[in-house]
Order: sequence, then structure tokens, then C-alpha cells
Amino acid sequence: MADRPITYREALSSALREEMQRDERVFIMGEEVGVWGGTYAVTRGFLDEFGEKRVRDTPISEMVIAGAAVGAAMAGLRPVAELMTINFAFVAMDAIINHAAKVRYMFNGQFTVPLVIRTTTGGGKQLGATHSHAPEVIFAHFPGLYVAVPGTAYDAKGMLKASIRDDNPVLFVEHSTMLQWRSPVPDDPDFLLPIGKSDIKRKGSDVTIVTYQKGLEYSLVAAEELAKEGIEAEIIDLRWLRPLDLEPVFESFKKTNRCVVVEESLPMFNVGAEVAAQIHDECFDWMDAPVKRVAAMDIPLPYSREIEQMALPSPEKIIQAVKEVI
Amino acid sequence: MGVTLNAHFHAGWGNLTMPKPNKETLLDWYRQMVLIRRFEERCAELYQQGLIGGFLHLYIGQEATGVGAVAALGPNDHVITAYRDHGIALARGIDPKRAMAEMFGKRTGVSGGKGGSMHLADRELHMWGGYGIVGGHLPLAAGIALKIKYMEEDGVVLALMGDGSTNIGYFHEALNLSAVWNLPVVWLIENNQYGMGTAVERASGAKELIRRALAYSSEDGSGMKMGPRVDGMDVLAVYEAISEARDHARKHSPVLVESLTYRLEGHSMGDPQRYRTKEEVESFVETGPITRFRSYLVETYKGVEKTLDTIDAEALQAIDEAVEFAKNSDDPTYEDLISHVYVD
Repeated sequence: MADRPITYREALSSALREEMQRDERVFIMGEEVGVWGGTYAVTRGFLDEFGEKRVRDTPISEMVIAGAAVGAAMAGLRPVAELMTINFAFVAMDAIINHAAKVRYMFNGQFTVPLVIRTTTGGGKQLGATHSHAPEVIFAHFPGLYVAVPGTAYDAKGMLKASIRDDNPVLFVEHSTMLQWRSPVPDDPDFLLPIGKSDIKRKGSDVTIVTYQKGLEYSLVAAEELAKEGIEAEIIDLRWLRPLDLEPVFESFKKTNRCVVVEESLPMFNVGAEVAAQIHDECFDWMDAPVKRVAAMDIPLPYSREIEQMALPSPEKIIQAVKEVI
Repeated sequence: MGVTLNAHFHAGWGNLTMPKPNKETLLDWYRQMVLIRRFEERCAELYQQGLIGGFLHLYIGQEATGVGAVAALGPNDHVITAYRDHGIALARGIDPKRAMAEMFGKRTGVSGGKGGSMHLADRELHMWGGYGIVGGHLPLAAGIALKIKYMEEDGVVLALMGDGSTNIGYFHEALNLSAVWNLPVVWLIENNQYGMGTAVERASGAKELIRRALAYSSEDGSGMKMGPRVDGMDVLAVYEAISEARDHARKHSPVLVESLTYRLEGHSMGDPQRYRTKEEVESFVETGPITRFRSYLVETYKGVEKTLDTIDAEALQAIDEAVEFAKNSDDPTYEDLISHVYVD
């Protein structure tokens, strides 16, 4: 069966639908998932198709959305809980970190938490400081939890299906400005991508760009521009912040000897810091330049489009960083 | 100033549908209460000796609530509680040896030595654990109850919590969701009068915590059922209240019950207890749950003293054996340290 180009949103929808059809224990709970059809329209039509038992609207109560999903998962269901945006996941942080990620360890393996918490990330939409973040790296700090950051429709589908079938808790972070992105996706109902595997999105020999989601979009644009000047960038899409798969990064770095990490999160204690530290550990003898980081500026994001865009990463900033390490 | 426990049953509470407990059952409750008391006293000693680490929250004074409430459950029901969990764990049937081994941080402990005093769980017994974050287990209770309902199983979740947890967002969100989704949960507030060192009336707008149920119930009778405010020092009263509540939760809606009890020891070890007087504590020692229940048994069953004395002696012996077991158990290994972070 030929792969069909579909949007990131359709990829998420079909992944959810297929997994719900496959396994009675999979159900959806969260804010506006039912009658509304999902605030990003991912679960449109699900209420009619699966009914109220399996498509459960909740009050705007993030602590209990996450916490009850943990309990239901411990008890043997396979919840897909939705928090409208990752900004609201801050409210649910204790349930996610202290409970979802730790109950298995704390009780010596007596419980498993086959849970997926779906949420959206990203700034750049003029939503002001509290609604404009890409803070998923915070959640990647904690063992016991997986953090998925798909950057294409293909990845979104294969990763979401794999997350739902996995027995570990996954924070599944979708990018709110990438929902219309299209890529060819297999129709196979058992199309799964492995958990914790990064992916080379562009081959190149001059510089290694490590990135995910919005950073991937901008890096692909930057790479085309750089190619015009004869600089070939290799782009590695992390796809997962935990488990973090840096093997392809080390391999690439040993070839290019240069690295730029691109992300939409804040510039301190971010993904770039981790990647740079690990490159120092693993590839010290191959370094020809310091690892550069491109991230958002170290400020809360403002409303005004003009200055909000100024604070975010861009293809131009990536090009500039690449030229600094070449 | 002192604390009095004004318990009362609300009108309209139905008739008990469970059989009245017989003598054997009552003696077993007495055995459990004494076992818990001796377990806790020994834990305090061992803590002073440095053999138990971390936080240690004792259940002394609250035995009637834990034993009476858990006794009202069947094997298909579920229990979850906060960090003052030793009494609940023992009442649910966790072996005192494995509970004590957990205190010692040994690999034979119920949680393999990785949980400690606050985190006793036994999945087989449907004891979902003690939890260290105030109120953090309340949404978990709702989730476990959702599974019961989703899979159309028979059973309820008994979710115990301290009075302190009624002021955290988790409490509100979990109780509200249980009412919206009509989940089979018995929410039981163990009101021991102080959230750490802050008296209930200094922390809660509603001095009678049971009134919180009104916030999740409707005039037409739907939503949360406001259960009784029960004398938590009387094991029979607690048993009856939770039996009724369990019945209601299975058939109709979630229920909130408040048990008025008293913590005879500090919040945790090392609490200087500046928030209450020695006299106040003394006044509850005299009317403590075990003393009261023993008197009841002696009055009800002629010549039972000998049996009770035997139970007392056996409890002490069981604790001695538990400590021996814990001392002789192995420490967790490096393999234990790194296992169970993820499902492989």
C-alpha cells in the first residue's frame, strides 16, 4: 500500500482512532476532547464513533486529569489524557512527575503506568507569556517518563501509536503550529516507530544540526540556504527527548566536527546544554569548534508579533550560528 | 482550650445491609488494633535507635478508624491512603514482617526497601499504597474507580486522607470529578484535628469538614453523597459508617465520610508539639480507641479478658518476629537500585 501524504493533525487522529479500535482499554479523557472535538480538532468525530465511555470530557482540572489517568493506568486501562497545552501541564506537574513517573519505582515494580498524556507546545502565536512556551525539556529531566516530540506527520503517527502500546508513561508533545504539515504516512494499522530513536532528516558533511519540531522546520529552511553557499548540513531530528538517542549525533559529529543545536525552548539548561555536554564526553577529540546553541531569547514571550518573532529562533539565526562554527 | 470530638450521624442514612459482626470478627479487629499499636510503638523506638530513617508518621490513636474502615471492605474493593499508612497497610493484611522490613529499607520489604514508611503497597491485596504528597493520591483513587466502572467490575475504592489534604487543589478536583463521573469511591477524611501543627479551624473555612460534600452535590440528590461525621475512636461506628458508604458507592454515587479521631503522637518523629497542650493529649489517652474497644468487649462477652490478654501477648510476639525478620533480611542491591524505573 502506497504511503499517502496527510497532515500532522490527521496523523494524530488516525493513530488514536486505530489504537482505540484495536484495544478496548484505550480511552481518551481531557479538556474538550468530546463534544468540542478537541481544541485542535484532533478528536473531531470521536464522540460519535466511540461514545461517552471512551471519549470523556473533563472539567478544567489538570491535576485530576493527569492524576486520574495515572490511577486508571495503574489499574489496567490505557488512558490517553489530553492537556490542552503544555502551559497547563505546569499545574499537573506533581501528578506527572511525582506519580506517573515514580509509582513504578517507588513500589518496586508492583505497578505499571501505560499512560499517554498528549499536549501541545510552542510559541509564536501572539498568546502572551503564559501561553507561549516550549518547555518540554523540563519534563525530560525525570527518569520514569518518556517525552515524545514528533516533528512530521509520519513521526507523529508512528510515535503516538507506539506510545499508546508501550507500558511506560509518555508525555506526548505536539507542536501547535505544525498541525497542517504534510508528509507521506503508511496506512498500515501496525505502523509503529521505535521509542527513543532519533532520525537523520537531511544528509550532509559540513555541520551537524541537532534539533526537533519547530527547530526542524527552521533548520530545513536554513540548510537549503546554506547549500546554495556550498555548506551541507546534516540534520538530526531527536524525536524523543527521553529516551535521548545521541548515537547518530556522535556518528555525524565525528564526520563534520561541528555542531549547532536548534530548539524553541529557553537558552539556559536546555536540550542544547545536554547535547553539548555529551558531545564533549564522547567526541572531544573530534571537536573543531565549540557546540553552538540556537534557542529562544532568555525572556518571557511578549504579545506583539514584531518583538515575539525577534525572541524566537529563525532560519537566519541558524545560518549565522552555522557560519560561526565553520 | 481543648479539642472535643462532636460526632453525629446525619438523618436519612439507610439501614446497614452488611451482616453485624460476630464475636470472632470483633476479636480480630481488636487483634489488628493492638498489632498496629505495638508496631507503631516499636517503630518509634527503632527510629530513636537510628534503625529506621526518613520520615515516620505514626498511626497511634487512629487505629479504630483504619481497622473499622478497612473491615467494611470486601476482597474486590481497593484501598489507597496518604503517608500515615502503616495502620491501613496492616489492617488490609500486609504481613507485619514485610512492613517492618520496609521500615528497615530491606529488599524483603513490601516495596523492596525503595518506598519506606510512607509508601507501603501490596497490589495483590488491592492496597494501592501510601503516598507522600498531600492529596496526591486522591486523583489516583478516582482513576482506579474509573477502571472499576469502565470494566463494569464490582468494587469500590476506599480513599483515606488526612484533614490537611482537604485544603489542597487535588481534593477539590478529585472529589468533583468523582461526582461528575459518578465513580464508586468512599472518600474518608481522617480528621485527627491537626494538619501537621495547624488546627482544622485555623486551616479550613468549614470547621466541619464533612460539609465539603455539599460543594459536589445537587439539590436533586445527584452528585456526592454527604455521609456521616462519625466517631473515629469507635471501631464499631466507623465500620458501620463505611459499610453504609460502601454500599451507597457501589449502587449510587461517591460518598464523603468524616471520621473524628486524634493523633496521640506528633505529626512525625521529632515534632515538638507546640501547637497543643499535654493535658489535651492526655484527655484522649484515657478515651483512646483500644481502651474503649477493650472495655466494650469485656462488657459484652463475659470472661473475654483472658483471650484479650493472649491477643496482646501475641501481638508483641508478632512484632518481635517482624523486627527479627527485618534485621536478618538483606539490603537491596545495585540491581535493585536500577530496576523498575521503566518497564523493559
